[in-house]
Amino acid sequence: MFGYILRRLLQAIPVFFGTTFLIYFMVFAMPGDPVVALFGQHGVNEAVAAQLRAQYHLDQPFIIQYFIYIGGIFRGDFGVSFSGQPVSEILLSTFPVTLRLATIALFLEMVLGITIGLISGLRKGKLFDSSTLVVSLILISLPIFVIAFVAQLVIGINLGWVRPTVSGTAPWNELILPGIVLATVSVAYIIRLTRESVIETRGQDFVRTAYSKGLTSGRIVRVHILRNSLIPVVTFLAVDFGVLMVGATVTEGIFNIPGVGRTLYQAIIRGEGPTVVSFVTVMVIIYLVVNLLTDLLYAALDPRIRYGK
Amino acid sequence: MRISRLGTGVIALAAATALVLTGCSAGGTAAGNSNIISANGSEPQNPLIPTNTNETGGGKIIDSVFAGLVYYDAVGAPVNEVAKAITTTDNTTYKIELNDGWKFTNGEKVTAQSFVDAWQYGALLSNAQLNSYFFDVIEGFSYDVDQPLTGLTVQDDLNFTVKLTSAQSDFPLRLGYTAFFPLPKVAYDDIAAFGENPIGNGPYKLAEAGAWKHNVDINLIANSEYTGGRKPVNGGVKFVFYASLDAAYADLVSENLDVLDAIPDSAMKSYAADLGDRAVNQPAAIFQSFTIGENLPHFSGAEGQLRRQALSLAINRDEITNVIFDGTRTPARDFTSPVIDGWSGSLDGSDVLDFNATKSKELWAQANAIAPWTGSFQIAYNADGGHQPWVDAVTNSIKNTLGIEASGAPFPTFKELRTLITNRTVTTAFRTGWQADYPALANFLEPLYQTKAGANDGDYSNPAVDALFLKGNEATSLADANKAFQDAQVIMLKDLPAVPLWYANVNGGSSTLVSDVVFGWNSVPLYYSIMKK
Repeated sequence: MFGYILRRLLQAIPVFFGTTFLIYFMVFAMPGDPVVALFGQHGVNEAVAAQLRAQYHLDQPFIIQYFIYIGGIFRGDFGVSFSGQPVSEILLSTFPVTLRLATIALFLEMVLGITIGLISGLRKGKLFDSSTLVVSLILISLPIFVIAFVAQLVIGINLGWVRPTVSGTAPWNELILPGIVLATVSVAYIIRLTRESVIETRGQDFVRTAYSKGLTSGRIVRVHILRNSLIPVVTFLAVDFGVLMVGATVTEGIFNIPGVGRTLYQAIIRGEGPTVVSFVTVMVIIYLVVNLLTDLLYAALDPRIRYGK
Repeated sequence: MRISRLGTGVIALAAATALVLTGCSAGGTAAGNSNIISANGSEPQNPLIPTNTNETGGGKIIDSVFAGLVYYDAVGAPVNEVAKAITTTDNTTYKIELNDGWKFTNGEKVTAQSFVDAWQYGALLSNAQLNSYFFDVIEGFSYDVDQPLTGLTVQDDLNFTVKLTSAQSDFPLRLGYTAFFPLPKVAYDDIAAFGENPIGNGPYKLAEAGAWKHNVDINLIANSEYTGGRKPVNGGVKFVFYASLDAAYADLVSENLDVLDAIPDSAMKSYAADLGDRAVNQPAAIFQSFTIGENLPHFSGAEGQLRRQALSLAINRDEITNVIFDGTRTPARDFTSPVIDGWSGSLDGSDVLDFNATKSKELWAQANAIAPWTGSFQIAYNADGGHQPWVDAVTNSIKNTLGIEASGAPFPTFKELRTLITNRTVTTAFRTGWQADYPALANFLEPLYQTKAGANDGDYSNPAVDALFLKGNEATSLADANKAFQDAQVIMLKDLPAVPLWYANVNGGSSTLVSDVVFGWNSVPLYYSIMKK
């Protein structure tokens, strides 16, 4: 087990270099000169522009820029944004916010998705099952910004139950509504995944054996059906957690949440290489760690899966 | 221990969540003084240093935290602030006398040296300040080497003189712009730290060190020692940075935001009804156009002049401003803005801005007689700025009138479009806009259309126009200066280096919790006069 974890961590090193290199290259290759954009409508003052390029190493060849950046990371220096803020500070202020949002969304997905999916699967073809299928289909086909705008208008403005946007410190309670919005689409997927998986597991020999052994149905559902049905769901949840950590751009924009998605989007638009790459680097690390934990979780769920010796 | 397997699973998943939870949230800050108004802003693009702030996100904050020699009132007239008197006899040497008793919020006196040092800092090449070009009229300025401005001389604590390289009749009008604000001595010790926590002499000051929470908001409180004409009637301003105007508007209508100085497209049709008499819709010092480079095939010489006029006549500005913009733009009558002193809606030749299909076809045919038209007419724009609807409308108007191929040419970002324009590699017409830095006709004209001027993206050059600009600069009265700049525009209405489209209006509104909301000439609300109920 320990050897397995060590191997996986070692594998993460080339992935880390590969992704940062690729992302840095893509930001570098983006058309347009960020320094020119800083001057806005005014003509570019070439002498000042040259100074700024030197300051952000934009006058160096690509590969040197990359190594300057990577060298900085190992010294704990992620670079500086155009507004003079260290990127490490931006990381520290935005990731906790997005993490809180992702946690709320993921919690809702797990509780609602698995519960409803399980009941649906156990009552295949009944009224509850059919209506769940219809509702989840509707949720899947609605774009997230529609759900977000409607929720903001109805709950935030018309009913006035919550603030329509999130205030600066982004406390947990204000993140509930955006969290629900974020969770909606994934909940629908998890319901369907769980339902399919439960139906399949119910037909397995070991479930019939359990029944014929005379186990209580509660115990069969909990221990035999649910646990064996959870592997695809856990895989989906893990991927979804990664997506939530990086991909809530639209929702964060609508609710004005000072999180990762919104900040990253603005950095991309401005062409702030260090900010973009640092964010992506942290995201890659999160993905790697979450994936590792997911694989370890498989072993916890299914005793037949063993890692290492 | 069978059950516990599932238990460990859940714990592991929770651990996956918790593992990346670093630091956790910053402690909640109390709303505090209820006399503080909230207004929309955007994350400043650069550190908060006056000479390095050239966009509105940072500009709003700098204008609130600093006081310059003059400030602009609601209609854009300069009013002395730190200055007691600004005098000249030849538009070249200006004597500036300061009021006594001004202080920075760290206790330092505001003296002539505070201004001179700040300007020297802003102008010096190696300091790479984005606003350095504002000082290029002062003697000693160089774009190529580090050298001090020799035109600045300090007589005593309250007097200094400025010597310019040429006559500039509107120089006093410029002095209210952010680039000309004074700096305390502490700024030069660590300019980066100062840019995070600026110390000024303006109506407001930062609530505390670290009041600028990046990408979130900035808290300003009234500066009790401020003695100028912008004395705040509220306790402070909190600028909330929004990523989208939709979010800001949602906050406004739910009374979570007091003042909003822009309206999202989605609410353009409804905001007047939503806000009633709290809605604002008034012309702004913003001019919008598309520029046709002088070197674009078919657009130079006599043929070019005919084609430019034909295109201008083919655009139905009234219809587009009403249909696309719901009346929140005003069709252009010149190259400046109606909020500027000296604007005229009836310059000779301004009928080229009226829709006239017959005349448009006629001029286009005349141009075809010189050289037949080939290809299609395109307007390049940045797709991240909401320009597509009007570009499509304008090109459709041209297509329907002249029967030629016309379309928009979108580029993904502002950055990309500006780079193409700056490098002169753009091969079509392109959208251009200008927001005045200070309220003068000259500011709409010289930077854009003077030969080799900084923002002369189309490389327009007409000696007659340059001569009139010079005449305007040397004029000793504002009326004479304005006349010269109007005459220059009469020529430009024939040449059409850029095709004027419309003036943007400022659209905004306020919540029911505040009163006395007035928008200034530059579309920014006068925060100091807003009352919290």
